[in-house]
Amino acid sequence: MEKFGAQILVESLIEEGVDTMFGYPGGVLLYIFDVLYDSPIKFILVRHEQAAAHAAEGYARATGKVGVCMATSGPGATNLTTGIADANMDSVPIVAITGQVTTSLIGGDAFQEADAVGITRSITKYNYLIKDPRDIHRIIKEAFYIARTGRPGPVLVDVPKDVSSTTAPFEKIDSVRLRSYNPVLKGNPKQVKRAAEAIAQSSRPVIYGGGGIIISGAAEEVKELSQSQKIPVTLTLMGLGGFPGTHPYFMGMLGMHGTWAANRAVRDCDCLIAVGARFDDRVTGKVDEFAPHARIIHIDIDPSSIAKNVPVQIPIVGDVKTVLHQLLKELAEIKPAPRGRDKWLKEIATWEHEHPLHYHNGNKVIKPQFVVEKIYELTRKQKPIITTEVGQNQMWTAQFFKFDEPRTLISSGGLGTMGFGFPAAIGAKLGRPDKMVIDIAGDGSFQMNIQELATVAQYKIPVKVVILNNRFLGMVRQWQEHFYNKRYSHTCISCQPDFKKVAEAYGVKGYRVDHPSEVAPVLKEALFNDEPCVVDCRVDREENVLPIIPPGKSVYDTILAPPRRKKGGRRRV
Amino acid sequence: MDKHTISILVENRFGALSRISGLFSGRGYNIESLSVAPTADPSVSRMTIVTVGDERVIEQIVKQLNKQIDVIKVWNVSDHAAIERELILVRVNAGDKNQDEIIRTCQAFGAKVVDVSGSSIALEMMGDESEVENFLSLLKPFGIKELIRSGTVAMIKEGK
Repeated sequence: MEKFGAQILVESLIEEGVDTMFGYPGGVLLYIFDVLYDSPIKFILVRHEQAAAHAAEGYARATGKVGVCMATSGPGATNLTTGIADANMDSVPIVAITGQVTTSLIGGDAFQEADAVGITRSITKYNYLIKDPRDIHRIIKEAFYIARTGRPGPVLVDVPKDVSSTTAPFEKIDSVRLRSYNPVLKGNPKQVKRAAEAIAQSSRPVIYGGGGIIISGAAEEVKELSQSQKIPVTLTLMGLGGFPGTHPYFMGMLGMHGTWAANRAVRDCDCLIAVGARFDDRVTGKVDEFAPHARIIHIDIDPSSIAKNVPVQIPIVGDVKTVLHQLLKELAEIKPAPRGRDKWLKEIATWEHEHPLHYHNGNKVIKPQFVVEKIYELTRKQKPIITTEVGQNQMWTAQFFKFDEPRTLISSGGLGTMGFGFPAAIGAKLGRPDKMVIDIAGDGSFQMNIQELATVAQYKIPVKVVILNNRFLGMVRQWQEHFYNKRYSHTCISCQPDFKKVAEAYGVKGYRVDHPSEVAPVLKEALFNDEPCVVDCRVDREENVLPIIPPGKSVYDTILAPPRRKKGGRRRV
Repeated sequence: MDKHTISILVENRFGALSRISGLFSGRGYNIESLSVAPTADPSVSRMTIVTVGDERVIEQIVKQLNKQIDVIKVWNVSDHAAIERELILVRVNAGDKNQDEIIRTCQAFGAKVVDVSGSSIALEMMGDESEVENFLSLLKPFGIKELIRSGTVAMIKEGK
C-alpha cells in the first residue's frame, strides 16, 4: 500500500510502542507534524529542543523503554546535541528524529541546513540519513533495535522534507538483522568459573556496581550475590538504586565524593567485582592507587569498557543480569565457605564510624544536605523518582538520599549536563505517572532550562522542583575555594530572578523557604499534591560537598572536614 | 610504540569511513595510512589502517572498531603471519648521467618506469614496508620530486 513518508514514519513509531514524544516543530517537519495531529502519540511541545532530548532520556531511564525526541533541521538538530551526547555517555536508549532540508538541497547551505548526521556521529551509537521513503520503516526498526540492545545509546534519524512528503509502498518487516551487530549476552563460562573461584578465595571482596545493573535489570541478582557471599557493595552515581541504599552491606557511593568507608574498602579489598561500571576518572581518582591489591573481575556488555582505564584480571563480556545468573549458579556449585568476611565487614563498619557523611546543621541557615534529608524522610513511603541537576545539588542528593530501588535516581553522570534535571523530570513523570517525581536542583542549572516551566504548566505535569539556592555555581566555587585560593572567578550568580515569582508568572505554584524551620512544612505542602511547583530554598552559600578526593589523587588525600574560614575576611566575589 | 596494521571488514555504506576515521581523531589515535575499497562482495568494504600505539592503545582501537555498528570484523594483522604491500609512484630528478643508475635500481626492486620527461623519471614500485623504504633511500640522492604512496594493504596468510 502506498503511503506518505510521514505516515510511514509515525506508524513505524507506533509499532515500536511509542506513546510519548518530546519535541519542537519546524519547516521541514510540517508533513510529520500534520500526521502527528491525529495520531495516538502524546506529543509534548517543549520550549527548547535541548529539553526534548533530556525529557526523552528521563522517560527512557524511568521506564526502561526507548525515549523519542524530535526537532527540526539546522538549529533544532544542533540544540538536541547536548541531550544526545548525554545519552551517549550514560547509555540511555533514545531515538532522536531530526528534520532535514529536501534531498536536492542538501549540501547547498540551504535555509536551516546543518549536517546533523556529521555533527552527531561521535555522540551517537549510530545514525541515519534517510534518502528514500521506502527505507523509513526498516531504518526506524533498526534505530530502535540498536538504541535498546547491547550497551544502549542514542540513535539519530535524519529525515529530509521530501522523504516525508512523497509516497512509497509500505511493507512491514518483522525483525531486524544486522550482520555486523550482535551483542554478546552470555559470559564465557570459563571466565565465569574463574570469577567464582576468585570470589571464593577472597577474604576482602567488594562489589563495585554501576549503571549497567539498572539498565540490565540486575538489582535482584546483585543483592543475591552480596547477601549469599557476604560482600559489601558500593555504587557509582549511575548505579545508585541498583542495590538498596538502606541495606547494611551498602557502603555508599564511591569516588571523588564517595564515602570514606567505600573508598577505603576499594583501596584495601583483595577482590573487586565491577558490575556494569566503567572505571570513570571520577570513580578511580589516581588509577595506580585504585584497588591496588585486588584481583579485578569486570562484568560489562561493552568490551571496549573493559581494561580501558584500569587493567583487569578477569574480564567477562556479557549482559550483567545474564552473567550474574551464571556466576550465582557457579558459586552455588562450588559452595564456597566465605572466609574472613565478618572481620572485613567489621573493618568497614569501623571506617563508617570513623568518618560518616555528615554536616553541621544549624537553626539559622538552611543547610542544603538538610533539605535533601527532609525530602527523603518525607517521601520514604512514596519512593519517588529523583532527578538532579549537575554540581553540588547532585552530589548532596547522591550522598544523603537513600535510593532503594532501581530507576529512582535519574542524573546526568558521564556528561555532567547542567539543565538536565528539570526536563528529565518531565520525561520521567510522563513515563511513570504513578510516581512522585522531584527535581533536586541548583539555582545555576535550573536556569539553564527554566523555560520548561511553560511545558509543565501547559500539560499540567506535576513535577516538583526543589532548588538548593546558594546563588553560586557552587561546585566550581568549591573547587576555587579548595584549589584556587578562594578566587571566585565568575561563579557568583547572586543576580538572579525571584524563582517563586518566575514560577507564578508561568502559572506554576512557587514557594520560597528562608529558614530551617520552614523546610519541612513547606515541602509537605508542596510535594503531596498533583500540581507542578517550584520550591526555592535559600541555603548556606558556601557549604561544600565533602568528602572530596582532589582530582587525580587517592583515598589518602581525601579532604574530610570543612576548611577553616577566616573570620571577617572579604572574599573576592 | 609499535606500528600495527589493522584490517577491517565494514559495511559499504556512506558514513562508515567517516565514523571510523572520526573514531581515530576523536580519541586521539594516529592514522599513518588508510586504504579502503570494496571486496569481492560489493556490499562490504575492506579498510586497512596502519596506526601507531602501545599495546593498550592498540587493544582499545580494536575494541572501539569492533563496537562500531558498521564494522563486521577486525584483525590486528601484526599479530599474524601476513603479506603486506604498498604501491608507490615516485618522480625523481634524472639528468642524462643518472638515468642508467636509476633504471638499474628499478630492476633490482622490480619497479617500472611509467613516465619519462626531459628532467625526470616517474617510477612505479610495489613492496612491503622495508622494500619501499630501501628503494626510496636509494633514490633519495637523485632528488625525489614527488612521492605518492597508496598506503599498506594486507592479507593474512591462511592456516597460520
